[in-house]
Amino acid sequence: MPHRFESVDAVRTGLASANYLADDSIAGIVYLADRLQKPVLVEGPAGTGKTQLAKSVADMLGARLIRLQCYEGLDESKALYEWNYKKQLLRIQTEKADGTSWSDVEQNIFTDEFLLTRPLLEAIMAEDSVVLLIDEVDRVEVETEALLLELLSDYQVSIPELGTLEAQQIPLVFLTSNNTRELSEALKRRCLFLHLDYPSMEREKEIVLTRVPDISENLADQVARIVRAIRQLELKKAPSVSETIDWARTLILLGIEHISEQDAIDTANILLKYRSDIEKVTKEFSTNSKVHFEAAAS
Amino acid sequence: MADTVIDSGESEGSSALFDLLQGFISELRAAGLPISVSENIDATEAVKHIPIQDRAAFKYALAATLIKNNSHWRTFETLFEVYFSLRGSEYSIGDDDDPFGELELDLDDRDAPPGQGGEGSGEGLTPEELAEMLFQALMKGDDAMMRALSKQAVKQYAGMEPGRPVGGTYYLYRTLRNLDLDGLLERLMEQAREDSPEPLTSLEERLAQDEFEHRLDELKKEIEAEIRRRLVADRGAEAMAKTLRKPLPEDVDFMHASREEMANLRRAIYPLTRKLAVRLARKRRHGRKGPLDFRNTVRHSMSYGGIPMEPKFRYPKPSKPEIIVIADISGSVAAFARFTLHLVYAISGQFSKVRAFVFIDGLDEVTQYFEGVEDISEAVHRVNTEADVIWVDGHSDYGHAFEVFWDMYGKDVNSKSTVLILGDARNNYHASQAWIVKEIQHKARKVFWLNPEPKAYWNSGDSIVSEYAAHCDGEFEVRNLRQLEKFVDNLV
Repeated sequence: MPHRFESVDAVRTGLASANYLADDSIAGIVYLADRLQKPVLVEGPAGTGKTQLAKSVADMLGARLIRLQCYEGLDESKALYEWNYKKQLLRIQTEKADGTSWSDVEQNIFTDEFLLTRPLLEAIMAEDSVVLLIDEVDRVEVETEALLLELLSDYQVSIPELGTLEAQQIPLVFLTSNNTRELSEALKRRCLFLHLDYPSMEREKEIVLTRVPDISENLADQVARIVRAIRQLELKKAPSVSETIDWARTLILLGIEHISEQDAIDTANILLKYRSDIEKVTKEFSTNSKVHFEAAAS
Repeated sequence: MADTVIDSGESEGSSALFDLLQGFISELRAAGLPISVSENIDATEAVKHIPIQDRAAFKYALAATLIKNNSHWRTFETLFEVYFSLRGSEYSIGDDDDPFGELELDLDDRDAPPGQGGEGSGEGLTPEELAEMLFQALMKGDDAMMRALSKQAVKQYAGMEPGRPVGGTYYLYRTLRNLDLDGLLERLMEQAREDSPEPLTSLEERLAQDEFEHRLDELKKEIEAEIRRRLVADRGAEAMAKTLRKPLPEDVDFMHASREEMANLRRAIYPLTRKLAVRLARKRRHGRKGPLDFRNTVRHSMSYGGIPMEPKFRYPKPSKPEIIVIADISGSVAAFARFTLHLVYAISGQFSKVRAFVFIDGLDEVTQYFEGVEDISEAVHRVNTEADVIWVDGHSDYGHAFEVFWDMYGKDVNSKSTVLILGDARNNYHASQAWIVKEIQHKARKVFWLNPEPKAYWNSGDSIVSEYAAHCDGEFEVRNLRQLEKFVDNLV
């Protein structure tokens, strides 16, 4: 089958046109995912653009995005497929009147017509080009992960009554994880691994510039610098990229062109969501001396 | 640059690339990274699609296929630098012309800055000139210039000689000492203050300092990389990789961790506790089925026409244990106690109650430091600085500490409590008072002893761990995060 991307650079420019700034590793791995026909496991702290990456890739390819949101207790019938048993019952009832034999009925009720496709099966059966996003895969139990394995390695789904359904076309698959638990080796082995960390200051500035309209270069620069300074503190939850963007928008709404200490402290609640974190930042910014947090080396 | 050995275009070249890759992978495995055969195959497949000339892409391609855990990234990166940064025979120390590939800018290629008299050649630079150029480069954030200058600095200051059996840290130290980075930072800050039309506010000052520190860090990394490059050229990649083999954060020994390793450990503990907490909460919820929930079953039977097709069960509520931690926080075992307290409190939701005591030769309760505190590391910090644990001379005295515990808190130990004793049981030849541990064991549900020393050292010298262990339900060697995590996991 033809490749989706010409080169790593093509990926990068394509993503940029979809308003996603990819660095070397992101573009390179998306490119490889297409060439090697392997799923990508994207891991990293919340709010670094993991889900957005899949959306942007779909956007840039003009492909349909099929999304499976994972949660505790997700099972086969929600992820893969389910038999439409109500319809099956109706069919049996109607056939009863005709006096059809049992084996005919049995053959008839396990067909495509009675199959309810769920996201994973839908991605496999799709005729058009699709991007499959399996979001927050770390939320399902370890046992449920096994559901994904056949799909991820062979792009097929086995249904006992129907046999094995193979993919019409190999979809690009993205799995995201917030790393709340270690994923199984079996799953990791089947994927390309991409760790998305907080962006460097320069990249964050670029992101703010593309995502926040009407922001001046100067303000974006200050925003990125302050956020970097905040991330260096030991916090319960460091500000994510989306929070940076929210903060930048807030500053614009407030008409702030030059961020003073007081502005930073007053609006810190947009960046930080824990009281102790806000206190820490307030303390940090209102004193001149730079305190390094070192747990006592007694 | 892309020398013949690693030209992926020819079949001969690709087999050489294959060999190189296999060598690299066995080096990664030797460093403790788990790499399966299928990942190896993926990597081999991946490099076919990436031109090796594009080093960054090549590196990410290998990382994506081989490294599936972000904490392994550093090890990977270092080994990658060693293995792929410079291959080939033409690299040797002592060449005056830049031997490190045309990609990198050499000083000769650049216009010398004004005032340098147009002689950009490295040998002509005096230390003052070098320092000045470095200062300017840092001030402007000129990366290419910084790279070239770090190369010069290593050439001039590190005093590297081929075959000298000295580690890279020694050269790094020599180079950095000559560059005086702290002084540089001060000068940079002063310059920034002067350049600003108005006096800097404290926030601006802070941001400027961050920026310069960031640049200095980059410089330090460049210098380190340069030294590594030269060492590789001297000793060969395989030998170099061997000396760089460092334990992964979860395998670092608590008692012998360097400052840097400690910092890494502290960073590693937070995600670890979070993972542990999630895992334990799930285990609790899904572990066993409770008794039949009659109401719920009847309600669900409605959709089956009143036939109870789907029995529903109550969620189990197993009783939570009460934890009492008694930790030695003297000198060498302090770090261990710190991590254990951190971990135990991070998952305190799994216990009905956690009480913590610390001792050296006196004993103090520190439970209150953790109460209502959001930030565990802050509380642990207070334990280390504020707890009153010195009785006579500040040398460990387990016997006396246990006596105090028994007198004051012995009545609080009951059949629900699990007691964890942390320490190396090096008692400085004081009386052991092992009978107290025996008494505690009688009253408590379980008593465990966690020892941060390797098992081979137990009971040597003044260690009397077996005297106590005789009265414990289990004694464990807990030397690193991996072992600690395993213990806590089993505890719940």
